[in-house]
Amino acid sequence: MLGAAIIVFREALEAALIIGIVAAATRNLPARNSWLTAGLGAGLGGSLLVALLTGQIAELAAGIGQELFNAGILGLAAAMLAWHNIWMARHGMELAGNAKRMGRDVTSGTREMSALAAVVALAILREGSETALFLYGLLTGGEETVASVVGGGAIGLLSGALAGYGLYAGFVRIPARLFFSATSALILLLAAAMASQAARFLVQADLLPSLADPLWDLSWLLDDRSISGRFLHALVGYEARPSGVQAAFYAATLVLVLAGMRLSRIRPRLPAPG
Amino acid sequence: MNRLVALLALLPLSVPAAEIEIALAIRDHRFEPAEVRVPAGQKVKLVVHNQDSSPEEFESHALNREKLIAPGSKASIFIGPLSAGRYAFFGEFHDKTARGAIVAE
Repeated sequence: MLGAAIIVFREALEAALIIGIVAAATRNLPARNSWLTAGLGAGLGGSLLVALLTGQIAELAAGIGQELFNAGILGLAAAMLAWHNIWMARHGMELAGNAKRMGRDVTSGTREMSALAAVVALAILREGSETALFLYGLLTGGEETVASVVGGGAIGLLSGALAGYGLYAGFVRIPARLFFSATSALILLLAAAMASQAARFLVQADLLPSLADPLWDLSWLLDDRSISGRFLHALVGYEARPSGVQAAFYAATLVLVLAGMRLSRIRPRLPAPG
Repeated sequence: MNRLVALLALLPLSVPAAEIEIALAIRDHRFEPAEVRVPAGQKVKLVVHNQDSSPEEFESHALNREKLIAPGSKASIFIGPLSAGRYAFFGEFHDKTARGAIVAE
């Protein structure tokens, strides 16, 4: 029971923290809850499908299907987060400053929400399919009773969700003036973290050179397996022993998204509300 | 078009395939063999065959690798080049029994 709870918690934590950030960052957007629920549903459904197809996915592309699949999901999610930040650099102030103006921009807000709902779905898809496989293995292995697996899984899932909700609740307490910068910064780091993880899968598949492996080793300072290590891994992509190409992907994402945000901000805008 | 091809040729995207292949099996939630010796400074391809009827996740923090392995299937994982040392790995789904290490020397 404890084993199931711990593994499900680990997987759920990562997805829940991402959902917490996305929910906070989109709190002023129209129809947010319906979009997030749709993302959640799509992610859960997709998880089961991916779990069922694990063997087939792994065999694609001469045995590196799983790496390509994971790198693809992470890359797509990173791109959507990057786009969100660039879009928010242009519209975020208007949304925060005057909720009525939002109505004028419903089409754009909807497109934005659909991108972030997809991020939620992709985060759940990755963690959820692993969790489903693990629980299935426990059930068929006959080492634990159904009640103990389901109970342990539920405890793990609830604890993970609670951590995500805690992050969300903390974020929405940030004063409006700082809120926009805080969510943008966290989403920026999240996108960079995903790009770096995508690079790791491409190295594992031997499609990218590692450049240096590891580039540095901080496991004496903060271990990947510790709770704070996992927390920082999910939020900002912390890894004790990253490869060189991961650091390069991380830095390139930061630079490109920041440049995009800056360019989008200096483009002429509608006059500010009086 | 020609210029594009020339540009692509310059990108070092495809690195030469690993020459050393190491086979590992997972049986009764244990790695066999549990310790593998590999030469330091060379890329190595691990081929892990999961002979159990339940899925396993090969994971290593020291090697920075993770890969799900469906029951009955084989997974390839590229590691290295490694500096000399001991690199622990485990099966995340059965981490009490499924433990092993790569020793690079």
